[in-house]
Amino acid sequence: MESSFSSPRNDSFPAGLRVLVVDDDPTWLKILEKMLKKCSYEVTTCGLARDALNLLREKKDGYDIVVSDVNMPDMDGFKLLEHVGLEMDLPVIMMSVDGETSRVMKGVQHGACDYLLKPIRMKELRNIWQHVFRKKIHEIRDIESHESIEGIQLIRNGSDQYDEGYFFSAEDLTSLRKRKDVDNKYDDKDFSDCSSAKKARVVWSVDLHQKFVKAVHQIGFDKVGPKKILDLMNVPWLTRENVASHLQKYRLYLSRLQKENDIKSSFGGTKHSDYSSKDLQGILSVQNSINIQQNDVAHGSYRFSGNNLVAQNADPKSNEGDIKGIVSEPVAEPKKGTTGNIPDSQKTRSSQMDFNSSYAETQKGLVGNVPDSQKIRSSQMRVNHSFASVESEVNLTAFDSTIPATYSWNQIQLEKEHKPLIQLNNGFSKPPLPGPQHHFQADQLQSIPSISSRPSIPGEDVTGSSKSKPSYSEYTNHHGSHVSPTISATDSFPGQTKSCVVDHQLSETISTSTSNMKNQGINLSTDLESAQRNLILGSTSPFASLDDEFQICWYQGDCYGMNLELQNVEFSEYTDPIHVTEVPAHLYDALRFEYPCDPSEYSVLDQGLFIA
Amino acid sequence: MEKNQRQVRLMRQSLFDQGFLDEQFIQLEELQDDANPNFVEEIATSYYQDSSRSLQTIELALEKTPHDFNKLDGYMHQFKGSSSSIGAKKVKAECQQFREYCKAGNGEGCMRTFQALKREHATLKKRLEAYFQLARQAGPIETACRPK
Repeated sequence: MESSFSSPRNDSFPAGLRVLVVDDDPTWLKILEKMLKKCSYEVTTCGLARDALNLLREKKDGYDIVVSDVNMPDMDGFKLLEHVGLEMDLPVIMMSVDGETSRVMKGVQHGACDYLLKPIRMKELRNIWQHVFRKKIHEIRDIESHESIEGIQLIRNGSDQYDEGYFFSAEDLTSLRKRKDVDNKYDDKDFSDCSSAKKARVVWSVDLHQKFVKAVHQIGFDKVGPKKILDLMNVPWLTRENVASHLQKYRLYLSRLQKENDIKSSFGGTKHSDYSSKDLQGILSVQNSINIQQNDVAHGSYRFSGNNLVAQNADPKSNEGDIKGIVSEPVAEPKKGTTGNIPDSQKTRSSQMDFNSSYAETQKGLVGNVPDSQKIRSSQMRVNHSFASVESEVNLTAFDSTIPATYSWNQIQLEKEHKPLIQLNNGFSKPPLPGPQHHFQADQLQSIPSISSRPSIPGEDVTGSSKSKPSYSEYTNHHGSHVSPTISATDSFPGQTKSCVVDHQLSETISTSTSNMKNQGINLSTDLESAQRNLILGSTSPFASLDDEFQICWYQGDCYGMNLELQNVEFSEYTDPIHVTEVPAHLYDALRFEYPCDPSEYSVLDQGLFIA
Repeated sequence: MEKNQRQVRLMRQSLFDQGFLDEQFIQLEELQDDANPNFVEEIATSYYQDSSRSLQTIELALEKTPHDFNKLDGYMHQFKGSSSSIGAKKVKAECQQFREYCKAGNGEGCMRTFQALKREHATLKKRLEAYFQLARQAGPIETACRPK
């Protein structure tokens, strides 16, 4: 179906905007319907999230925007948000009577374009069309920039990439630019031109996404690019632009998953009843081996002994576990830490390492260097990819208890066993998380070989952790609240953090370009802190469901680092449970960055999303 | 008729002045139009149907000890959201108080607040019913005026 902005509605845009409203409260549903109708929008109401998803899937391109409540009985609003974002790529507005910063933060992190507080005013609803429009513009721009990045990457990767298939044709770029120019002048006609130039929206079905992921894995995260993916996927009607934008989202999703995992872990894994202490042991050991390697990228350190992880029991039933497990594993092969080129799939862990390595190598280069950030993402993706090779079968089925695991990211092959690693975070009581997390980061810095595993040890080696701190600050910076200073060990990771930041920025920009952080009036600096605290302390009961956990996961570059004050605390201070709990989110963020396991987490989560 | 209209106006004004209703109620009034001439009353009816059920659920949950504060908080969160739909100001205030007690793990406080909440809920219902009845008799003229 053509974009809704094509023809008949052009003249009266935004009248006729097709809105899907999801809210379990019948009274609010009536009110919202009336309000939206008064704005001359076309309204469809839904009392259940599942029904909403069905409607969206049945009528692909049948809606322009989704407005959903956060608290719903059958499915968490955030989860719905993720699904919609990934599968349908529609702007989603969240609503809630709860305006707590942490909740709003969560919404933004999950990709919400806006977060409205109930009671909702008509004027707030009147302006929701801007999100639709903005998204269209950004999508076009992103594709354009993405392609240029790809072009750069191709060049960087060497001439072997230069075969016809991969070359950016001059006309491709020109046409993109043209599109962008047109885009810039907003008027109905241009708008529709842009939309149609963009092609009909593609709905990424489970099968399609599976092909996509498979292609990504085959290519290798570090080399992944829309064109390559497109060629491998062999789907005739799919365009490079479609793949490009999906790739972006995928990367964001992965990073989000990782973050959630981290966070979850920090919570001490209340939910992880699945993990027995031995799992933790396994995790710990894995971690130990993982971390220590210093890495300047040497992935060798990662050696996660995937074997160890595998031994852990990934309890399939808990979704979280699955995801978690994924990360840790398979990295059977020693990854070469060398900078970011982890050419093959085996580098599952390398991807993580790649990250590190790329950072190490690029140091400041990464900052603001889009290609690098892309690479970073690639490495993340790579990790997932490598997991696949490792052969852990990840059974995503267990991934989401609520969602039938039809989608199997076999590619990722996250095994439950992998869970342990990731679980690690979960399994630990609050305090431990930060410790091990940091260690991982140390990889890059090589700082903390000893840190490895100590899930419950908050006071672990701080050395490594201090390094990771900078990442946190970076992360927070990313959000605009510059957390900075508390982290003293920034110097060691300057490049890293920066790259992290850049990466995040990019991803954030791309993924959340439509989210009006400002609209939400979030004061990032303060909000993040409280949000983080809330998250850590489980105010949002993250462990309530798998989804929640993932959501908590470590957002790369997310503002989790807000609590700099906390971060400043040396890890040794983390022994103090209070500190630990407060910090974990931050740490996790930083850790995440280098956390080798992440990729697997990503993949698992990623898969999980599509199971619905 | 005139007298009725004045009465309706006064009744409405007092609902705001006495803190029973807030801005949201006016939003609803503004939504009322020819297509939905009794919109506000319909919404209020829908709210009372829904909220009565919710109150029963919460009441049952409160009878179970030890109190599951998370659950209670969840219920109340939803109830608060629902009450915000018609602008039930006092009811919302009690909801908030209840949630505070939940967070503090104060079962006693929760139960006390719940009783207060039920009272406010019932009082508002009576006031609104009287108001709508009179408004129907007096004619739709007085309805969407913002109280000063």
